[in-house]
Amino acid sequence: MDVVSAGAVGYAVKKTTERLSERQVPLMGVMAAFIFAAQMLNFPVIGGTSGHLLGGVLAAVLLGPWPAVLVMSAVFIVQALFFQDGGLLALGANIFNMGILGVVLGYYVYFGIRKLFGGDKGILIGTFIASWLVVVLAASATAIELAVSGTSPLRVVLPAMAGVHVVIGLGEAIITTAVVAFVLQVRRDLVPGAAAK
Amino acid sequence: MKKWTKLTLWGLLIALGVAALIAPFASSLPDGLEKVAETKGFAAKATVLFQSIMPDYLISGIRNEKVATALAGVVGTLIVFGFVFALGKLLTRGRRAS
Repeated sequence: MDVVSAGAVGYAVKKTTERLSERQVPLMGVMAAFIFAAQMLNFPVIGGTSGHLLGGVLAAVLLGPWPAVLVMSAVFIVQALFFQDGGLLALGANIFNMGILGVVLGYYVYFGIRKLFGGDKGILIGTFIASWLVVVLAASATAIELAVSGTSPLRVVLPAMAGVHVVIGLGEAIITTAVVAFVLQVRRDLVPGAAAK
Repeated sequence: MKKWTKLTLWGLLIALGVAALIAPFASSLPDGLEKVAETKGFAAKATVLFQSIMPDYLISGIRNEKVATALAGVVGTLIVFGFVFALGKLLTRGRRAS
């Protein structure tokens, strides 16, 4: 997983270097800071479990997929290094599931749905569906990796992970869509692809 | 650069506010993966390479857990911002602002 993630992050660096404008740099910093802080906000979900914002789709909607990959990877790296959250051994897998798979897949799902519906409506529906989907898919990927590593059998860990994250994903979808709607209201120029009003 | 500076500052302030003021009150229930690991019995299989300086988002030495969390949150938010900002600057070295 580490090799795959390293490769993908390297590609993201290359793509970002090609297209990033100077003014987007502080924006990336702010996005990363906000996602890091938001990921600390656990909310009780169901059955003695809590969920928290992931933010991958939020970053992708506001920054584009490749800068978002860098932003998410940075958050995971800091969390693992400084806060013992997520783990260094699992970093490659974490970055892949949530930072790459989640961001890139989420972005293209968002983009497709946005095109389908058009306008602000398309942006919000796309955000909602992509956010929910990413959480469920990232959790499922995690379960598959756990099974492959022999930590837990697939028939046990996959339904458990997917099940609880179907609910957590709803929280992610609601929060992400609310934030995007807010940004559309106050600073439309920050949402790439939003038609000027 | 001026108008982006203001936006950046505001954005950073909001993030810091979230970390310092809301995070200490977040739920301490285990998150999705942790809960599944506990109930399905593989939580003990996690290996620790080295002890980080702020494990579990607490600054050691501060008795009040809420304050410890708030401080850890602020520090982390600043570290992440600095890291990404520095990375971005590095990648756009010599680029003209578009």
